[in-house]
Amino acid sequence: MNHYEQYVAFMTIVRKEIRRYLRIWSQTLLPSAITMSLYYVIFGNLIGSRIGTMGGFSYMEFVVPGLIMMAIVTNSYANVVASFFGAKFNNSVEELLVSPIPPYVILCGYVAGGVSRGLLVAIIVTAVSLFFTRLPIYSPLLVILVVTLTAILFSLLGFINAVFANTFDDISIVPTFVLTPLTYLGGVFYSLDLLPDFWATVSQANPLVYVVSAFRFGMLGVTDVNISFAIGMILLCVIAAFSYSLHLLRTGKRLRT
Amino acid sequence: MTAALKIEGLEKTYDNGFVALKGIDLTVEPGDFFALLGPNGAGKSTTIGIISSLVAKSAGKVSVHGVDIDQNFPLAKTHLGIVPQEFNFNVFEKVEDILTNQAGYYGIPRIDALRRTEHFLDRLGLTEKRDTRARMLSGGMKRRLMIARALIHSPKLLILDEPTAGVDIEMRRSMYDFLREINAAGTTIILTTHYLEEAEALCRNMAIINNGKIVTNRSIKDLLRDLHKEVFLLDCAGSLDLGLEVPGFELEVLDDHTVQVAIEKGQDLAEVFAALHAKQISVVSMRNEANRLEQMFVNLLEQPA
Repeated sequence: MNHYEQYVAFMTIVRKEIRRYLRIWSQTLLPSAITMSLYYVIFGNLIGSRIGTMGGFSYMEFVVPGLIMMAIVTNSYANVVASFFGAKFNNSVEELLVSPIPPYVILCGYVAGGVSRGLLVAIIVTAVSLFFTRLPIYSPLLVILVVTLTAILFSLLGFINAVFANTFDDISIVPTFVLTPLTYLGGVFYSLDLLPDFWATVSQANPLVYVVSAFRFGMLGVTDVNISFAIGMILLCVIAAFSYSLHLLRTGKRLRT
Repeated sequence: MTAALKIEGLEKTYDNGFVALKGIDLTVEPGDFFALLGPNGAGKSTTIGIISSLVAKSAGKVSVHGVDIDQNFPLAKTHLGIVPQEFNFNVFEKVEDILTNQAGYYGIPRIDALRRTEHFLDRLGLTEKRDTRARMLSGGMKRRLMIARALIHSPKLLILDEPTAGVDIEMRRSMYDFLREINAAGTTIILTTHYLEEAEALCRNMAIINNGKIVTNRSIKDLLRDLHKEVFLLDCAGSLDLGLEVPGFELEVLDDHTVQVAIEKGQDLAEVFAALHAKQISVVSMRNEANRLEQMFVNLLEQPA
């Protein structure tokens, strides 16, 4: 396939992915809006008003960037894992495998679909948050960079999960038992400064800490970690996850016999 | 002339140790309508899986229109259209979207993809179902959808794995007509089927595969010529005598109007008609007792390996 044909194939996958999650918007877009609204009301307004300030900001202002990032992480991951595993489950993935599309185009197509859903949900959740608080943006470029890299990273992780999954249970185990705890312990609701030294050090091993901290720095200008190091870590994870995903597609692991 | 499909020494051993293919050699010429026959588990679907890249071969070479799949599989894939045995589309997608997406996967720009989709929806009688989710289609329509999808990028070689399984007679006949038409227009077709009469009706050449080996690979006419005995049923006017005999022929009266006659190779059926005519018995109609190809198929599979 020449470059233009590859572009057509890429856009076909992206269009298919976007139409898929828009078709089932009540399962893909609405839940995040409702869940985050509840977080804003309960943690931000009701409980947050009694907590006081954190990092020089009201608790509501502090918690909103973390919640937006949580929505991006869960949605970009969920989109790719559900879509690609679904294609594996009903064998429609064979439509792609028998076609001449290079593996990297297939991967980029699915990742772009996951990123687009992550960004769309981020916009929805951000719009909802404006009903509850003002939303300063300290560094728009950093915000865009962190959001994009995070959405790419978790789309890739969702893809890897989908390749190895054999049942629908397998695609919910990682989000439930790995992603959610890491997100909650990744500084979404608190500053790492509040933790005892030991747990603050342990938290450095949680990749979600870098994602949340970097995004919060982009929004508020305050952070728990070194931003250059955080961006470097996210970038490293993206490269590693992309390389491994591509290896899985090229070798046909769990996809071909 | 470059073969549409050339397979040399193809072997496949699955991870569990099962040897599915034991060195297959097969050549299908351009423009041919070719049947690949064999019992369940013989290796037909494994062969198709390897050609389509869904199964990794253990050894051997495969070329599609001169393109070695080890050298340039993407190019070989552009020449191929595959209709698998099992439905493998997203049942929640609309019929039209399944076709346009498939065209997109082959790098066909959207405007052209929509035009091709329109054409194949019309050709395969699916226009009215274009906005229907695939899961709502009948079994026959799903088969036609898979044929349309396989043809959307105008492949030179179309491989159909049991395309008429579960399809009613009327729809099967219209599918035959369509396949004959695209074959006449130049598309090489390889068909695997359990309906041997289907292979006889459609195909010019055939190979029989059994236990991972090609048992025979010849023209269907040649194969049928080798049959030593054929059994015909003759429907006669008037009442038949149970003791009816024609010297030199194996005859059996089945009921008052039907007689079964076995013709050995070299015998002339006209002698039977003459003998019956002499006995004032006229033959109203005649048919094969069983599918001739089926008999040949059984004979070949029963031969020691």
